[in-house]
Formats: sequence, structure tokens, C-alpha cells
Amino acid sequence: MSIQEFVAPHSLSEAKSLLADGAMASVLAGGTDLLVGVRLGTRNPDRVVDLKKIPELTAISVDAEAVHIGAAASAFSILHDSDVPSFFPGFAEALDLIGSTQIQGRCSAGGNLCNASPAADSIPALIANGAQCLITGPAGDHQMRVEDFVLGPGKNALREGELLVALILPRPSSQTADAYLRLTPRTEMDIAVAGVSVSLTLDDKGTCTAARVSIGAVAPTALLVEAAGAALIGTQLEATAIEAAVAAAREAACPISDKRGTAEYRTHVVGVLVARAIVQARTRIVEASS
Amino acid sequence: MNKPLNKMAVQATINGEPTAFLCSPGQVLAEVLRDELELIGTKIGCNTGDCGACSVLVNDRLVCACLVLAAEVEGQAVQTIEGVAEGGVLHPVQQKLLEHAGLQCGICTPGVVIAAKALIEHNPSPTEEQARYWLAGNLCRCTGYDKIIRAVLDAAQQMREDAAV
Repeated sequence: MSIQEFVAPHSLSEAKSLLADGAMASVLAGGTDLLVGVRLGTRNPDRVVDLKKIPELTAISVDAEAVHIGAAASAFSILHDSDVPSFFPGFAEALDLIGSTQIQGRCSAGGNLCNASPAADSIPALIANGAQCLITGPAGDHQMRVEDFVLGPGKNALREGELLVALILPRPSSQTADAYLRLTPRTEMDIAVAGVSVSLTLDDKGTCTAARVSIGAVAPTALLVEAAGAALIGTQLEATAIEAAVAAAREAACPISDKRGTAEYRTHVVGVLVARAIVQARTRIVEASS
Repeated sequence: MNKPLNKMAVQATINGEPTAFLCSPGQVLAEVLRDELELIGTKIGCNTGDCGACSVLVNDRLVCACLVLAAEVEGQAVQTIEGVAEGGVLHPVQQKLLEHAGLQCGICTPGVVIAAKALIEHNPSPTEEQARYWLAGNLCRCTGYDKIIRAVLDAAQQMREDAAV
């Protein structure tokens, strides 16, 4: 590998100066995309900045308003050493579908987001849950919605010298639940043909008061389908409402045809998954309140 | 023009032994284990994190050693296949793989042993489905997996029985 320098800073300020002095630097969280890219020759950093010694980058914390997930926290630690799965079972299911146990031991939600694959499993789940990106850089800190962070395949909104610090997910009420479903030819170790995440909030009469639907692998970026959420709000999630959400998701999808499926197939499947994810999220709310 | 060699000194605990080694900044752990530390039980298959032959534990976390930079393990604990058998006594996972003929060419076996041992430590009573998902990142082109899975479930059962005594 052509990497000339490896540094593992212990603070955000140290990391920021290592990213801003003009060196060709790449940040390292789990390395499951970066190190493969270096080996394939698609990534050529001179300097690698390991983020895992910086407390803010690996911490997972919950306060009254939100769940904060350090951008370099591994999927395994989010899934097994935190309360995140109890708040966001759909987001947890998405992380649990990424790669093998070995990959989950290293890969991070922040890395999955920054890598900006159209088929990334965790991105629709972050979007459905209204997650924000906490970004730091030479101009200070700012926040950005996840759906605005991914600009295209492999492209994210980080500017020169900027760093994704954490993902901030609004803490769900007891009447809110999410779900993530994807279709793959194999049951594990595969990449989505289509993926769907839904977050729903129901009032005590079962009326939907908030809904976010996000679709993945059917467009250059994961999409928030606002029309699909709008079709559900104010309804009892009866069949006609679900059908309207399905139609809106299919309308928003603009997939490519490749070896994993044709555009027509993906458009059909994404609708099927939207309907199933709505039912699953509703079932979670009903079961939690009974 | 060649750049000067830029070696880093790393200290880690490997199979319980404090160990120091030199590595270049881009060198991966799998390569250092094999080429610098002569721990050649860890195999390199795909070198892209797909096959699991280089599975090791870093601070008790199951990872592919081909996707870890050696410099990252500074101050951490690494467990490789060489540390699994205790004093010449095979670990139950190793013993059951032999009894069930859960290996043929043997290239995947060190990674399977490390991953299966980690599974049973994480979940002492895995179902067949849980075992198959946990081991999905350990590719074997010989056995067809069935004998590996039987061996792992049998080892888990034996370890539960041993723990109950």
C-alpha cells in the first residue's frame, strides 16, 4: 500500500489540523471501504488518520431529545453494546445486514454514510428516522440532514478539511417505530436490489400522525419520498393509504438496470417493500403499546 | 525515486504475550502476523475482507486481519489461531471440526475456528440459523458448510455441558 503516514489523534482539534494541512489525507474508521479502495488503487491517501481514539467519534449516548452515535462507532458495538436497537429496530436491522460478522466488527454507520453507495443499507434507515449529521471543520461545527449529505454515488457534502463527527437521531416516542427491509438474491453477504425504511408515529386511536419513507438502491442516492409519507399521515393506514404510498415510492424511484435486477423489477420491488415495511412498523407500535 | 522506509514501532498483546513489531504505515495486520511475527496460521485468501480466512480477534472483536492496519493495534489485544489450543489440548471447536470432518484443504479452518469460538463466547446456545449467519463471512470451498455447522453446534453443546459440570 502506498500509505506513507499513519496517525491516530486523540482529539478532534488534532484530527482537524491533520486533515487541513494540505496532505492527501483519508480518515479511517472501520476501513472496510478505505482499505479495499487502497488495495484496488481507487483510493491513494498519503496519510491515514485513524479516528477511533477520539472519544466523540466512538461514543454512543442517549439524552432526552436524541440518540448520538459517534461516526466511527462500529456496527457491532451499536448493535450489541448500546441501546440503539431498542430505539431504532429498523436502523439496527439495516446495520445487521451489512457484510459479515467480521465486517460488522469494523464498519461504522458514519463510514457507510460517507461512502455514499446508492445501495447502502443504513442510509435509508437514517433518513426515515430524521437523522442529522454533525460535521466539524475549519469553519466550525454545523449540522445537515442525512438526505442532503449524500450528493451522488460515492459523493458526500463534506468540504475540504471537514469531518463527520456523529449522527444525531431524534429520540422516538413510544408511539413511533421504524422498519427496514431490503431484497437481495442471497439472505446475507449481498448488496440490496432495493431497500426501504419507514418510520411511523400513530396516535392512540391508530391514526398516523407522522410518516417518513426512504428508498435505497433505486436512485443515485437514497431518497426521502415525502409524497409517500404524506399519503399515510391522517389515515388509519388502510389499504388505500398504503397503496398510495407504494405508488408514490414507485414514482420517485429511478433505478438503473444491472446484474442485480432490471429497472422495472427494482421499481416493482421497492413498492412491495414499502407496503411490508409500513405494516411492520405499525405492528411494532401496536405490540409495544399492548 | 524511492521514498525512505517509514517503519513504525508498535506494541500489542498477541495471544497474551506482550509483543513489539515494526511495520510500515500501510501494512495490514494479516501481513505482519505472517511475515514479521511468523504466525502463519492466519491465512490470507481474498485480501479484501470477503473470505474470512484471516479472521482474528482484536480486543475480543471478530475482524478480518486483512482489513486492519497493523499500526491500529497499538496497545490492543490480538488473538490468532495460534492462541486457541491450550498447552497442546485442542479447543472444543477444533476437536469437533476433526470429529465431524469439517475441513478438507484446511485453508479456511483457522478463520472458522476463530469465528466459531467468538460465536460461542457471544452466544453459548446458537441455533443453526444463528451459526450460519455468524459464519457467513467464512468462505469454504471444500466442505459445503454442513459439517462445519454440525461441528460448531456440537462444540457449543459440549462447552455448555462442560460449563454445567
